[in-house]
Amino acid sequence: MSDQVLQLRKVCMTYGNGANSVGALRDINLDVSAGEFVAVMGPSGSGKSSLLTLAGGLEKATSGDIYVENTPLGALNINELARLRRRAIGYVFQDFNLVPSLTAVENVALPRELDGVPSRKARRQAMDALRSVGIDKLADRFMDQISGGQRQRVAIARAIVGQRRLILADEPTGALDTASGDGIMEVLRHRADAGCAVVLVTHEARHAGWADRVLFLKDGRIVDQAAQSYDPTDLLELPAN
Amino acid sequence: MSIRHSLLALLHDQPMYGYQLRSEFEERTGSTWPLNIGQVYTTLDRLERDGLAVKDGDDGEGHVVYRITASGKTEVSQWFAAPVVATNPPRNELAIKLSLAMTLDNVDVEMLLQAQRTASMRNLQTYTRQRREAAKSDSNDSQDVAWILVLDSLVFGAEAEIRWLDHCEGWLRKHRFRTSKSPASHAAEPTNATKEPTR
Repeated sequence: MSDQVLQLRKVCMTYGNGANSVGALRDINLDVSAGEFVAVMGPSGSGKSSLLTLAGGLEKATSGDIYVENTPLGALNINELARLRRRAIGYVFQDFNLVPSLTAVENVALPRELDGVPSRKARRQAMDALRSVGIDKLADRFMDQISGGQRQRVAIARAIVGQRRLILADEPTGALDTASGDGIMEVLRHRADAGCAVVLVTHEARHAGWADRVLFLKDGRIVDQAAQSYDPTDLLELPAN
Repeated sequence: MSIRHSLLALLHDQPMYGYQLRSEFEERTGSTWPLNIGQVYTTLDRLERDGLAVKDGDDGEGHVVYRITASGKTEVSQWFAAPVVATNPPRNELAIKLSLAMTLDNVDVEMLLQAQRTASMRNLQTYTRQRREAAKSDSNDSQDVAWILVLDSLVFGAEAEIRWLDHCEGWLRKHRFRTSKSPASHAAEPTNATKEPTR
């Protein structure tokens, strides 16, 4: 069994019909393994967000196959797909998508409770997730009582709760200042180092720099990629001490 | 980069000999801008000629030690007090390459931009990783902090270059310039694809 958490095979996505149809993605092949952090960059309309919504099972591809933890999304009915999403896939959005009337821990526990986990256990798992993103002390705060950077950390905790192994983040730093944005990248990097597969869509080169691999999308195609070099003769030598 | 002022600043700290100056300079700047020893000794000769440093005996092992003079101290103070101002735009090989590519028929500008973006992104990934590792120690040692700031400068530089490449591509597309040429066009070769820092 491969340790690929996400696989896309010849995936195409077309919106509209006939002469009005627009090809958002064309023949995309992609493997993201456990522990890998992949960033996707490209100009507006290049297909970045479409790629993420297909990978997350939020939309169906026009053609091609998508596998999450070796399960083909195309073979699942609506209920099975929803169950897989709750179990395996965490989504992080630019505008957080948190419930303002719930506390941080309640927001994070919500998907577990929807999945039938008893509330006490769901809360325990939510606390673990909040701890792993460094904000367990804010567990009982409501969303209007914490900063934008902290809200995004809650959203990431919700994305990873219950040991989900695929994190899909769509411009998660868009509304944050530079320091908070770097903090979010640190959390995503840490999750990848802990064994999650992370796919980040961003237009910020600075944030893509945190990834192991950066895909460049143009007109719905992957036109190039930059993989991190672990060559011991790195660009710079470390100081002697 | 002013090697003259950098070496003088190190001599302000304490008297040193040539190899010692080179190793102190590289250690304090994270080996980002390597110096050859010939440059160091040529610069020391000039500092002595200009009355900014003097020979101060040897260290007992045959190394000639240099000491800063009062004039040298004034020169260092003035250097730190004055902003670094580029009187002319620094020569930027990438900008020159792109300008020339735009005026020639057989260069694939789109491919040039993408090849450069990929190379710059690799550098940015490496700098970001090194920055992250350097910050892990949470050290207050001035040399560790200096190293982090050098890495920050490289991160911001690489980021700016990629943003500029994105801007160029967007601008060319918006103005419908024909940027993609025939397959027989020149292969795009990134400007900083080497292992050496370019700035």
